This record gives sequence, C-alpha cells and structure tokens, in this order.
Amino acid sequence: MTSSVLYEAPGPVAKRRSLVASVVIGALLLAVVGWVLVQLGAQGQLSAEKWAPLIDPTNDTFGPLWTLMGQGLANTLIAAALAMVFSLIIGTLLAITRLVSTPWYRWAVVGVVELLRGVPVVIAIFFASRVLPSFGVDLPALWYLVIGLTAYNSVIIAEIVRAGILALPKGQSEAAYAIGLRRSQVMTSVLLPQAFRAMLPALISQLVVILKDTSLGFILAYQEVVRQAQVIIQNLNNPIQTYFVVAVLFILINYGLSKLAVYTERRLSRARQGKLATIELQQTGAAMGD
Amino acid sequence: MQVIIDNLPLYLNGLVRTLSICLYSGVLALVLGIIAAGFRVSPLPPLRATGTSWVNVLRNCPLTVVLFFMAFGLPELGINGSYFWFGTIGLALYTSAFVCEAIRSGINAVPAGQAEAARAVGLTFGQSLSLVVLPQAIRTVIPPLGNVFIAMIKNSAIVGAFGVGGDLFAAGDTLTSARGLAVLPVLTGVVLGYLVITIPAGLLLGGIERKVAIAR
Repeated sequence: MTSSVLYEAPGPVAKRRSLVASVVIGALLLAVVGWVLVQLGAQGQLSAEKWAPLIDPTNDTFGPLWTLMGQGLANTLIAAALAMVFSLIIGTLLAITRLVSTPWYRWAVVGVVELLRGVPVVIAIFFASRVLPSFGVDLPALWYLVIGLTAYNSVIIAEIVRAGILALPKGQSEAAYAIGLRRSQVMTSVLLPQAFRAMLPALISQLVVILKDTSLGFILAYQEVVRQAQVIIQNLNNPIQTYFVVAVLFILINYGLSKLAVYTERRLSRARQGKLATIELQQTGAAMGD
Repeated sequence: MQVIIDNLPLYLNGLVRTLSICLYSGVLALVLGIIAAGFRVSPLPPLRATGTSWVNVLRNCPLTVVLFFMAFGLPELGINGSYFWFGTIGLALYTSAFVCEAIRSGINAVPAGQAEAARAVGLTFGQSLSLVVLPQAIRTVIPPLGNVFIAMIKNSAIVGAFGVGGDLFAAGDTLTSARGLAVLPVLTGVVLGYLVITIPAGLLLGGIERKVAIAR
C-alpha cells in the first residue's frame, strides 16, 4: 500500500493510531453483525426448522432438496456453457468479418452491435420466448434462454475480440503477409490466436456475466437454480435461508472465475509486459454487462 | 407500428417509470459506491475488509437473487414496502458494487508521483487531494462509471420483470399477455423505449470521454 496516492507509508505514531482505530472499528463492525444475528434470532430466522433441510444431512428433506438444487445448478451451468460457446463462435465471426469486409457490411455489423448492446438482456430473453413461438418456432425454455443470452453476449464478445486483434502490433500481420500467407491464413493462424490469448481474462469475466444472467431463466420457468429455490421455498417457507444458500453458491462459483481471470491476466502480462494495459482499460466497467 | 402509436401513453408511462427507477437507484448507488470505495482505499484494514466483502458479495450475486431477497426475504423480517422500493433499492445495492470498483480504479490510476509532487511543492493533504488527485481521478472514472450506469438502466428491466408495474418491461408484458396483441410490434416498441435511453446516453458518454480525456 506504500504506492497509494492518498497516504504515505505510516510512521510509528500513525501506525499506533491506525491500530487503535482498527480495533475500535473492528469491534463496531462485530457489534453490528451481532445485532443483526440477534434480530434474526428474535424473528425465528435462525431456527433449526428453517435451516436444517439446507445444511443438516441427517434431515429427511436434505437429500431431495439438494437433488433439486443440484439439478438446478446443472441446468444453470448447461445454459451458461451453451450461451458461452455460441456467443464465442458468433462473436468471433462478427469481429473477423467486420475487420475484413466491405463498408456496407461493416456498417450493418456496427448497427447490430449498437442495437443489441442497448437492449436489456432480460428483454432479449423475453423477446425470444414470445416472438419465436409466434413464428411457429417452438423450443424448450432452455433454448429461448440460450438464444437471448447469445444475442446479447455475442456482440460484447465481438467487441472484445476486435479490440484484441486491433491491439496487436501491425508488424504481426505485415510479417505474415511477407512470408506469403493468404488473408484468411493471416487471420486464423497469426492474429486470432494472439488476440484470444490477450483477451482470455476479459472472456472469462464475460462468463461470470453469462452465469449470473442465466438466473433470468425464472421468467421462462426454466428450471435453473433460482427457479428450483422458488420451488423449495413454496414447500418449506424459508425464503431468507434458501436465497442465502443460492447466493453463496453463485458467489463461490463467480468469485472463483474472477480469480481465474485475474490469475490468467497476471500470467499473460508477465509474458508480455505493458501490452495488455491498454486493453484492460478499455474493458473496465464492461464486466458489469447484463 | 400501429400498435405502438395506439398504446403510446402506456409506453410513455413505462418510459417515465423506468427513468424514475433509474434515477433513485442511480443516486443511491452513487452514494453507497463512493462510501464503499472510500472504505476500500482507506488505510484501516477493517474498513478495507468491509469494502472488499461488500463488492465481492454484490458483484458475484445475480441481480435476480438480490431482488428475490429484497422482495421475499425482507417481509419475513417484518420489513414491508412496495415492490417499487424493494426493486429500486435492490438495484442500487447491486450497482453500488460496480460504482465502487469504477471509482477505485480511477483513484488507483492516478500515478503516486502526482501526489508526491503536490506534497513536494508544499500543498497540504486537502489541497493535494482536491487540486491534484481528485480532478484526475474523476476524469479517469467517467467512462467506466458511465458504462456502469448504462448497464444499470438496462438492469432496471429486471426490476420490471418482478412485477413492479408500469415500467417499460411491464408495459410489454401487459400488452402481449393480458391484451393478447401481436407480440413482435409490441416488443419492438419496448426495445425502442430502451434504445431511446441507452443510445443517446452512450453517445453523450463518448462525447464527455473525448472532452475530458487526460493524455498520459
């Protein structure tokens, strides 16, 4: 923390003062947490009756409950994985064709990107689930969710990939042309592999966004984890406890993915100092997505 | 197109409702986000830990779960209110984590040498903060913060999906399911409603970004 702009490395007096302040604030925070727990206890929210089915393996409902939750989690991961794969394929195609095509096509892609980026993802999913059936396309809820998520995320990924390709030094493609590669070869064997490598952290962060957005499957009654939680709550009447567990599941998975993104980023930037800084800056804030 | 024109009042009401959700959430998220960012860059470990947990919990939890918690968890604790406020506060809590990160990245983007130079020429802590560090931090923060708020506007549709009633999403839902109108034109109207907000916001943001950019 010595490099912070806001304060300097503390001396002995400041160290003592900050230790005292830390202890006082720490005690205050613990008091707040304690107060919340007491309040929850007073409302009967800490009772075994509400928690046992979720955390006690000897409870009768523990087994069926976690089977249900496990199915929900599996469905969440399936939807997220499908959406990620389709978004990657379509996004990459959009990015490449935009870079090599004629102006009218470029403008068409820009239009599509701007349009889909401005539409909330929940509307995209809702749109898919209502409009496709009216054209006679009848699919399981999973596919409406995947189509909606893909529509939204493919344009984001297209922009990520494009930024990755544009950030490469010009010498890369010049050298490739110089040794006689064709345009498609330059793209597929020189530019894309490097762009993907540089963009890996941003792509992993996007996976977090997709995973979170699968929870919107509840508007389609797709049986992902949040939907299963609703079923559990209807039977056990313990919304606080069940949503708490669902939140913990999501936070653990997504926190893990975020850490993976940071780790990859660090490894890559060690390999090629500096180059990634600009890209990273472009991507800040984009991770919020949805 | 006829459907959109016929139901223009409903769409406009939805637009206003969506904007009011965004306004309240935005202000609250900004306040909470600035406080959380202050915690995260403070020299005191307990405050830093609090800020970090705040961000990690809210950023990794789907907005849907935050909203369900607000809408169905709080009444269990005897806290009652309208879905409008539950939704708006939930959206603000969720957005505050991203606001915090945007602001923190801005503060961290100011090179330490700037503050050192400020102190070297004899400015006090207050002066170096208000004259040297903050002006740079704020300008760096505008693009990511703008992106966060555009994302928040889009996320307000999820609040609408919770049956807050009367926002753009709800308008589309009412027209298609309750009145049984053709789906495509109705939803096109809803999409246009969001684009009317998000595209100009994006353009405005791009303009401000170019204007205040710091050449480093």
